[in-house]
Amino acid sequence: MKIAVCVKRVPDSETRVKIASDGKSLDETGVKFILNPYDEFAVEEALRRKEQAGSGEVVVVSLGPAAAQETIRTALAMGADRGVLLEADRVPVDGLEVAKALAAELKNGGYDLILFGKMAIDDYNHQVGPMVAELLDLPCVTAVAHLDIAGQRGTAEREIEGGVETVEFPLPAVLTTDKGLNEPRYPALKGIMAAKKKPLELKRAALGAGGLEVLGLTPPPQRKDGKVVGEGPAAVPELLRLLREEAKVL
Amino acid sequence: MSDVLAVAEQRDGVLRKVSSEVVTGARRLADALAVRVDALVVAASPVQGADQLGGFGADKVITLTNPAFGRYAPEGYARVIADRARAGGYRAVLFAASAGGRDLAPRVAARLGVALAQDITDLAFEGGAVTVIHPVYAGKALLKLKLTATPAVVSLRPNVFTPVQRPKAGTAETVPVEAAAGRVVVTGTKAAAGALDVAEASIVISGGRGLKEPANFKVLEALAAAFGGRAAVGASRAVVDAGWRPHADQVGQTGKTVSPTLYIAVGISGAIQHLAGMRTSKVIVAINKDKDAPIFKVADYGVVGDLFEVVPRLTEEIKKLHG
Repeated sequence: MKIAVCVKRVPDSETRVKIASDGKSLDETGVKFILNPYDEFAVEEALRRKEQAGSGEVVVVSLGPAAAQETIRTALAMGADRGVLLEADRVPVDGLEVAKALAAELKNGGYDLILFGKMAIDDYNHQVGPMVAELLDLPCVTAVAHLDIAGQRGTAEREIEGGVETVEFPLPAVLTTDKGLNEPRYPALKGIMAAKKKPLELKRAALGAGGLEVLGLTPPPQRKDGKVVGEGPAAVPELLRLLREEAKVL
Repeated sequence: MSDVLAVAEQRDGVLRKVSSEVVTGARRLADALAVRVDALVVAASPVQGADQLGGFGADKVITLTNPAFGRYAPEGYARVIADRARAGGYRAVLFAASAGGRDLAPRVAARLGVALAQDITDLAFEGGAVTVIHPVYAGKALLKLKLTATPAVVSLRPNVFTPVQRPKAGTAETVPVEAAAGRVVVTGTKAAAGALDVAEASIVISGGRGLKEPANFKVLEALAAAFGGRAAVGASRAVVDAGWRPHADQVGQTGKTVSPTLYIAVGISGAIQHLAGMRTSKVIVAINKDKDAPIFKVADYGVVGDLFEVVPRLTEEIKKLHG
């Protein structure tokens, strides 16, 4: 089974967001970058599918700056076989541009599965996976929380509001992974050592201008200073009065 | 004609509430552009509630019907919506950033060859272009974007665009379309135990480690019940990871983003990753025994105390209010 996993280098979720002097981007000084947590589920799933099949290859593909090689190495340390970095100074804000570059790379790869995390925790875009599927004319299921594959057919479950949807699809396919699909492994020391020697190909990403222009990046409006209404159950009547009369939500 | 297309959402032949929010957003944009709003419903047959979309600002409600469209059919829906968007020459196409809309919007945008701004919390028409606000970095910053391509394709975060009723009613038309469902087939849906989803409820009551054990969530369920079907019970990552509550209920960075009218955080300290999921709630109440808990910094109203005393009292008072 040949599987591609598309991963993204993102700021750690604990990052304190400082806006750069251009007023349009994140000041990356001192920011720690990690493998996008949703992509970890994709890498883990690829490794398990290859292990079950008994043979195959897991290829990790990323679009990003040179430093994204480290992100790819993290996936290689988990057990993926080789990596490809589509180098770009900046990841475009327009997800369709990212999707076009990835689709061009994946097009003739002969992959049975192409996996993505369901979204990146920096831009919350939820879009590159299904866009790649459209560009390659492949079936796609997003936000997969449970997966069974038998031969050339798959059954997936995805969370919808108030329930779970069961979806059937043929392979080859593009899937995006949600939390709950599996428990990603930690890279072992042996894997980290081995990853250093695994092949990692660098190519320049071919990117268009895209259809989104960043006008600004700003901190969210400060929430008004809250007040402690009181202590213990005795504070409940006053809380209700404020919710009714001041906040007007009851 | 450059009108605005609002893609409505139905499940099992019934229009979903989020559709009125999408139409409301579309109306706002159309008013700025001085154009009309078409609402689009894709279904097996005419949908219950679709006629009400006129009341939220749709000049026309178009229902595209095909027997294959009883359940969500990602490929079939994407094709007929993209075809309609192209044929109608729309200036903008709006979706809900729901589980279905987040899946559908990228497919349609890719088919149209244009950018998508997903999960937006505000939109406007300024300087000759559609501009949007999209929260990034777990809600720690807001990205303002200009969509330079036409149509501008966006999806609207649920519960943010408060539906506005208008006196005018729109016209309606049903158009049978030829289409195959596609290769990806939804074969069934299972309803979760709590009927109301945290992402859609107008009141969310979330519990964290302070609940001490899974069985104690009944205290929160009783409070939710007192609100009479408008409230859902959510959970922090800590208690989901511990297996006390299902992932579907998790509010936060690796769970759901919610924007209810009222968010009540019970026994939740307020880790940054939890705040990511609920900071856009309209009113936040925190109940916690630790007066220094970070949750009190974002809460509009806080009660310091033992949740096992405070919450039952609150439940009693709410019952009286609704009784």
